[in-house]
Amino acid sequence: MLYREAGQFKTSYAADQQIFPIRQDRFALYGLLVVAFVVVPLVGNQYWLSAILTPFLIFALATLGLNILTGYAGQLSLGTAAFMAVGAFAAYNFELRVPGMPILVSFILAGVCAALVGIVFGLPSLRIKGFYLAVSTLACQFFVVWAFNRIGWFSNNSSSGVITAQKVQILGYTFDTPAAKYLLTLAIVVVLALAAKNLMRSKTGRAFMAIRDMDVAAEVIGVPMMRTKLLAFAISSFYCGVAGALYAFTYLGTVEPEAFTLDLSFRILFMVIIGGVGSILGSFLGAGFITLLPIFLSVFFAGIAHLTGSSISHAVVSNVELMVFGALIVFFLIVEPQGLARLWQIAKEKLRLWPFPH
Amino acid sequence: MSFFFEVLIGGLLAGVMYSLVALGFVLIYKASGVFNFAQGAMVFFAALTFVSLTERGMNPWLALVVTLVAMVVLGLLTEKIVLRPLVNQPQITLFMATIGLTFFIEGFSQAVWDSQPHALDIGIPDAPIEWFAQLTDINVSTFDLWAALIAGVLVAALALFFQRTRIGRALRAVADDHQAALAVGIPLKQIWAIVWAVAGLVALVAGLLWGARSGGVQYALTFTALKALPVLILGGFESIAGAIIGGLIIGAAEKLAEVYIGPMVGGGIELWFAYVIALVFLLVRPEGLFGEKHIDRV
Repeated sequence: MLYREAGQFKTSYAADQQIFPIRQDRFALYGLLVVAFVVVPLVGNQYWLSAILTPFLIFALATLGLNILTGYAGQLSLGTAAFMAVGAFAAYNFELRVPGMPILVSFILAGVCAALVGIVFGLPSLRIKGFYLAVSTLACQFFVVWAFNRIGWFSNNSSSGVITAQKVQILGYTFDTPAAKYLLTLAIVVVLALAAKNLMRSKTGRAFMAIRDMDVAAEVIGVPMMRTKLLAFAISSFYCGVAGALYAFTYLGTVEPEAFTLDLSFRILFMVIIGGVGSILGSFLGAGFITLLPIFLSVFFAGIAHLTGSSISHAVVSNVELMVFGALIVFFLIVEPQGLARLWQIAKEKLRLWPFPH
Repeated sequence: MSFFFEVLIGGLLAGVMYSLVALGFVLIYKASGVFNFAQGAMVFFAALTFVSLTERGMNPWLALVVTLVAMVVLGLLTEKIVLRPLVNQPQITLFMATIGLTFFIEGFSQAVWDSQPHALDIGIPDAPIEWFAQLTDINVSTFDLWAALIAGVLVAALALFFQRTRIGRALRAVADDHQAALAVGIPLKQIWAIVWAVAGLVALVAGLLWGARSGGVQYALTFTALKALPVLILGGFESIAGAIIGGLIIGAAEKLAEVYIGPMVGGGIELWFAYVIALVFLLVRPEGLFGEKHIDRV
């Protein structure tokens, strides 16, 4: 009844081509944006803003990046964290070495640096496919972390490669409260997510999907294989690089190369799979799920310990958390291999007919 | 020159240890097309179970049998609970499921036993062979030699099993084509159960050798999987011979690079050097040394 598109006539090409053609979707998005930009900063406390929502947005951005590469262009990568590391260290170095560098320009250049690294490590994808490619992206993962650890120049010769992000300042305004940092992150993520949504329905996006579905066939019908694959790596790494820069500047403040280990890459891959491969919305759902799960689990176990009155040791809790995390992932894959985005899609189809299914 | 040979032999023997882990991957990939990332966690689980049992006063041989049974049960349960519901899913989904499984096994083994490092002594000294050192001025560790020998025996036994027995033939048939194998009456479920059990056995041997070699059973054992991956792509996912030869190449190249190139760039290159070798190699042969050639049909 509420979610019907009947009667929504389009009278111009622009209206027909818009990103969200159904009015209810549009209003829902506007509503969500108002909540995210206005209500959340007013209501949310410091813990929620700085420890949950900001990392959620950053991970969503990185997931979006990986989803462009894996979900849309079909190239499996395990080096996401490395591209994030490149972004973080590049932004730091631009701020450090170029006087008066605007922070947003640094973020963009950080993304560009990550994109360049992405192109270099994307080159093998022209010859190698499937798991061989996935394993060879591990070379990027280990090499980048090693380089930031060992080559002092990147971290301005600090001990063990730790960098401390500079102040985030735009037009004289310093983003130093959790709410301000959250808003900055949100703005960047919203712009980039919209750009991705648009890009994926353009010629480029269609070329990505053609390559994913069958690269030989795509090449036969005239999709330039080399350019498209490398472009997928570049765009994906750009998103990951910006996410990495945000990770250092608006979330942690102080990062070391060890923050960008293989674990983080896997975590982001989980977000893609759980959220939905090849879905922009899925990137956000997956990031939300994986970010909230450990928090939920620790609260849950604390509750159990409180109820039963027994004190469970920290080691046991962390091990059980690990088990539940692993089991939940397997469970999710078995129940809905196409991810949360697919569940949302099913819900929408049901909603369309509700309450008169005939 | 003798130093060069010492490094080379050390590298080759270390390579055998890598092959041992890679073997577990190959077995499962060959028979079920699953890229089992949990192999490293299985190695850890096997070694930790064995050590914890012997520390509780169990006879080492009995502990070995009990651990083997545990590994077989683990393999069977994995096949039944995790992989069977995921039949016909894309390979990446199966791969993700095994990463989930990795987390589960890591948490499980540390929850059942504990997260402390344990010393593991399997009775082979890690000392250079004296008469060989006197003869040629090259130090070769007794332990490495024994490890290579055990790995060799294991591989030979597996090769015999695969080539000569009825089950082995069935395994190869399944590896070739699931549906054709089903059509001629090979029980697919049983075969997969056997493969997972054998992978459990390989994980046990690898766990004991790696645990004893790296001075104790600890969480770091799970990273042996990461050591095995370049071996795997170099040798090809489907080939046992590839796992062995890939292991030898990676082991030797890694040690030589660490000694000769490492000091030039600040050391610590063993983390990524193996991957770079494998990567460069793949550019020439995209399916590894002995992997099956992919033929793309439109």
